[in-house]
Amino acid sequence: MGITAIVFWILCALTLFSAIMVLVSKNPVHSVLWLVATFFSISGHYIMLNAQFLAIVNIIVYAGAIMVLFLFVIMLMNLNTRTELKKNLWMKLAGVISGGMLLWILISVVRTYSEQTKAHPVIAATNTGHIGLIKNLGQVLFTQYALPFELCSVLFLSAMVGAVVIGKKN
Amino acid sequence: MPIQYYIALAVTLFSIGVVGVLIRRNAIIVFMCIELMLNAANLLLVAFSKTHPATAAAPMAGIDGQLFVFFVMVVAAAEVSVGLAIIVMLYRNTHSVDVDFLNRLKN
Repeated sequence: MGITAIVFWILCALTLFSAIMVLVSKNPVHSVLWLVATFFSISGHYIMLNAQFLAIVNIIVYAGAIMVLFLFVIMLMNLNTRTELKKNLWMKLAGVISGGMLLWILISVVRTYSEQTKAHPVIAATNTGHIGLIKNLGQVLFTQYALPFELCSVLFLSAMVGAVVIGKKN
Repeated sequence: MPIQYYIALAVTLFSIGVVGVLIRRNAIIVFMCIELMLNAANLLLVAFSKTHPATAAAPMAGIDGQLFVFFVMVVAAAEVSVGLAIIVMLYRNTHSVDVDFLNRLKN
């Protein structure tokens, strides 16, 4: 077991543990902080896959901007001390069972795939490759994907106008 | 790393997000679980983009997957800004972010 496998399993455990802690935390601020931890460990996976641009963008956009927005809204509504009112245990049990059945089906699909491709396993190359570097991504983004990139700016403009219109006091 | 490890990790993360949407009633935490599901899809896209070894004919094979992740992040940022504005408006009207109180369109 090389160093890559050890780092991979540690990052997997960290990702899943912090994702579960997002659900079970009572305080919404703790949920936000655990979600930031999840994003950092997913960025670790990106760095291991040599997708450095996406790793940095994930930290800046998700852990930086979006999570600050969440924290700002939680502080604005003063929700950081209040817990949820009453708990319907049967609804929670039903949610966990249906989510667990979804997980069961998907994992069994992955296991079947893994057994079928045992002779020629598909490998996700770690620590190699140049497609995740900012130079190559930028070249493709501004030539082949120039139109979707410009449409993104229109999307942001409409989202900005929508947020201002919805949030305005009438 | 074999790709099935990444698939297993991503589907587990996605299922955690689904369970969170189903069991939590705080609208902000439901939103965060949607972000978890988006990130599971992103992780899978990046992992699959690295399964194409670069050849002389196609040196940039698999770069489309990473650009799609970029666009997913763009859409997620726009979605969060509008969604949080909606939650702020609902809180101003009902003084609660419990999704069980928000089951009526009128009043």
